[in-house]
Amino acid sequence: MSLILTEEQEMLQDAANGFLAENAPVAAFREVRDSKNPDGFCRDLWKEMANMGWAGIIVEEEFGGSEFGYVGAGVLAEQMGRNLTASPFFSTSVLGATAVQRYGTAKQKEQHLGSICDGSTLFALAVDEGPRHRPEHIEFAATPHGNGYKLSGAKTFVADGHVADKLIIAARTSGDANDPSGITLFLVDANAAEIERTHTPMIDSRSAANIKVDGLEVTGDDILGEVDGGYEALEGILSAGRAVLGAEMSGSSQQAFSITTDYLKEREQFGQKIGSFQGLQHRAAHLATEIEMTKSAVLKSLQLLDDDFESASATCSMAKAKSGMTAQLSTQEAIQMHGGIGVTDEYDVGLYFKRVHVAQQMFGDAGFHADRLAKRSGY
Amino acid sequence: MSDLEQFRAETRAWLAENCPEEMRDGDITAENQCWGGRQWEFQSDAQKRWFEAALAKGYTVPTWPKEYGGAGLSADEAKILTEERDRINARKPLSNFGISMLGPALLAFGTHEQKLMHLGAIARGEIRWCQGYSEPGAGSDLASLKTKCEDKGDHWLINGQKIWTSNADISDWIFCLVRTDFDAPKHKGITFILMDMASEGISVKPIILISGHSPFCETFFDDVKVPKAYGDDNLSVVGEVNRGWDVAKNLLVHERGMLGTMSPLRGATGPENLGGYAAGEIGVDATGRLDDPSLRQKIAQAEIDDWAYNLTVERLNDEANAGNGLGAKSSMLKYAASELTKKGSQLRMDIGGTDAATIGPDGIEYGSLANTWLYNRAYSILGGTTEVQLNIISKRVLELPSA
Ligand SMILES: Cc1cc2nc3c(=O)[nH]c(=O)nc-3n(C[C@H](O)[C@H](O)[C@H](O)COP(=O)(O)OP(=O)(O)OC[C@H]3O[C@@H](n4cnc5c(N)ncnc54)[C@H](O)[C@@H]3O)c2cc1C
Ligand SMILES: Cc1cc2nc3c(=O)[nH]c(=O)nc-3n(C[C@H](O)[C@H](O)[C@H](O)COP(=O)(O)OP(=O)(O)OC[C@H]3O[C@@H](n4cnc5c(N)ncnc54)[C@H](O)[C@@H]3O)c2cc1C
Repeated sequence: MSLILTEEQEMLQDAANGFLAENAPVAAFREVRDSKNPDGFCRDLWKEMANMGWAGIIVEEEFGGSEFGYVGAGVLAEQMGRNLTASPFFSTSVLGATAVQRYGTAKQKEQHLGSICDGSTLFALAVDEGPRHRPEHIEFAATPHGNGYKLSGAKTFVADGHVADKLIIAARTSGDANDPSGITLFLVDANAAEIERTHTPMIDSRSAANIKVDGLEVTGDDILGEVDGGYEALEGILSAGRAVLGAEMSGSSQQAFSITTDYLKEREQFGQKIGSFQGLQHRAAHLATEIEMTKSAVLKSLQLLDDDFESASATCSMAKAKSGMTAQLSTQEAIQMHGGIGVTDEYDVGLYFKRVHVAQQMFGDAGFHADRLAKRSGY
Repeated sequence: MSDLEQFRAETRAWLAENCPEEMRDGDITAENQCWGGRQWEFQSDAQKRWFEAALAKGYTVPTWPKEYGGAGLSADEAKILTEERDRINARKPLSNFGISMLGPALLAFGTHEQKLMHLGAIARGEIRWCQGYSEPGAGSDLASLKTKCEDKGDHWLINGQKIWTSNADISDWIFCLVRTDFDAPKHKGITFILMDMASEGISVKPIILISGHSPFCETFFDDVKVPKAYGDDNLSVVGEVNRGWDVAKNLLVHERGMLGTMSPLRGATGPENLGGYAAGEIGVDATGRLDDPSLRQKIAQAEIDDWAYNLTVERLNDEANAGNGLGAKSSMLKYAASELTKKGSQLRMDIGGTDAATIGPDGIEYGSLANTWLYNRAYSILGGTTEVQLNIISKRVLELPSA
């Protein structure tokens, strides 16, 4: 298969580009931020995105989705990364939809996929329990209770967890805290009385929540996938999340870089355009090269998710690592090459810098994935 | 089955039948490749059989037109051939500057006669070419070259010196940049000319590199007479007189494209992955992690870079085949590949520790880690330095202003 977008995917890209530039540019993101919108995104905008088929971008047509696959999701995420568009797309349409579509029972699919596609139900994935991503380390307890389980424990950094209607929680049903087998996924109602949610606004002005669960009773119907076999499903959901976050960071890198090269072409110091200084040119050229490498890594991981989902895990890790490194470099350089104006709130490049930092931390930074890759390769 | 699927099946079967086992170790080094040329001797029976089978099929130069010795494959078919070859780790049946550099330039700028004479000979591995671009005073600033070429009616008279001419001592012909007009602006007085290395007045002298070995030469031209045409109307000059810079630039894009397609971490000293090599040399701790955490992170990062790089070669080629030519982006590949190649062999030296830093009775052993590491320093210099690639990316890809 060719490592380029198909005509259909290109059309989706153009449409997304046009729509977001008009309806959800950085200015709209600033408005959400400055108005202290408690949701962290604009609900009307989300409704419109759902109407265009974006909320159900990976969902099969029979459930009301537009079935564009992960490449399609990545195409959208990349444009959202360019525009810093805030929406529940990632938590609901990527994580939630992947979880239900790939690992849900027929009944769960019937119940949830339609409401993901029409944008009416928001999902969030609760996995991490500390400040660093460690998906195999799960203490959150699911203890047998009657015919089902009782859930108790705490989760941190649940993206969009404060607004979610449904939570997917990774809990321990057996084994010790670091045992990947013994993890089970539960799909629960986020508004249950036993769940306490604390909104934790992040430095990138996106929203997450810490959640505490105290004795929530669940039944077999609430289990997503296999009992004790949840890690595999979690891996699949995280892989999809990593690749799509990679696409988002790739978009942010590209946009921060393009703002910067425009600036290099127009700002004058010492009687010439600063873009004519070789000290800046070489760094820009290096960055441009890294951005090309990132695009390939991201596209390959998305294509693999569509072609052979089970085998995509390592590739998604690599895409997340590569895009994270590049995004960090791109946004750091964007600030530096702008000089003083780059560290002002008024100027957009700082927003990209903050966003990619949070996106890096989500589901593992470059170091996490390098470690994972090394372990997998036997060293 | 689509035509391409059919082609893949046929190619797979053809390779299975025609590529000898010994040619499938994937360990492609300068030493074990088949270079061709008048002085060439096959290193093994298997190498000869593989070459002959490929030649009969047009697969020494698969994308060239059939009349010039190729198989006339489309870009999609060529990609399949490469994939199928890689799948069984097969070496290329023939590789040299004629295939990767001169051939594409002749296809773009040559006359029909020039193509007939030279391309066929390249495809058949009969003539080995070397590249006469650089001069002592013209490296990065290539267009400042001074080798003088005078019009003497029926022939050209050439005087001057080239440097860094890879393998000039074992090459049959040279493609060369010479100055035909000293008064014109520097890019406008250069001509691209083809010469037989056996011509009277050409001499070569090897240059020993820090690795202790030398595929490189200084090449001297002392009243060399080059006929205006070989045979009837097969001109020695490619393109127009004084317009050789156009040909030179086109060729450099191919050179960089070629240099940009090496597989940097693997190519260094063998097919095994860096991490596996490190685990073997250094050992792992109780959790299976390499017993050197900082080296482990560096290796993993390099493997991620290498992987993204290889995909980028694939993606940019797919884009080029879909209609957006590779153009100046070949400089990105050249830049990334040469830096990564250096990084890879540096890591191998670090992994090997003092074992890798030993010297044998005959000096640094050819093909050893140290030898490769030293040789690889040249990757970010040859074919245009890293700094020059970055200049090109800044100007051509990013369109940043010039000073
Ligand atoms: C937090 C903060 C506090 C400050 N406090 C003060 C203060 O109290 N008083 C005061 O007077 N000023 C102050 N400044 C201003 C500060 O000194 C300038 O921001 C600084 O000199 C850079 O100038 P500039 O922002 O115009 O960037 P520019 O000069 O426009 O530079 C833009 C980019 O081009 C690069 N560049 C410029 N020229 C060259 C060159 N020749 N070669 C290579 N690269 C080049 C720069 O390194 C930078 O990356 C402050 C700035 C900040 C951010
Ligand atoms: C192993 C090897 C094989 C080679 N094979 C061949 C061959 O077969 N045929 C052939 O013709 N040539 C060959 N070359 C020559 C090669 O192309 C030149 O060495 C190369 O172009 C650099 O030129 P130079 O060595 O004169 O360095 P210089 O041009 O003197 O450069 C010195 C340093 O200055 C930097 N520099 C120069 N100009 C700029 C600029 N504008 N901006 C920023 N930095 C700059 C360079 O990057 C470099 O770091 C080979 C070289 C090597 C090492």
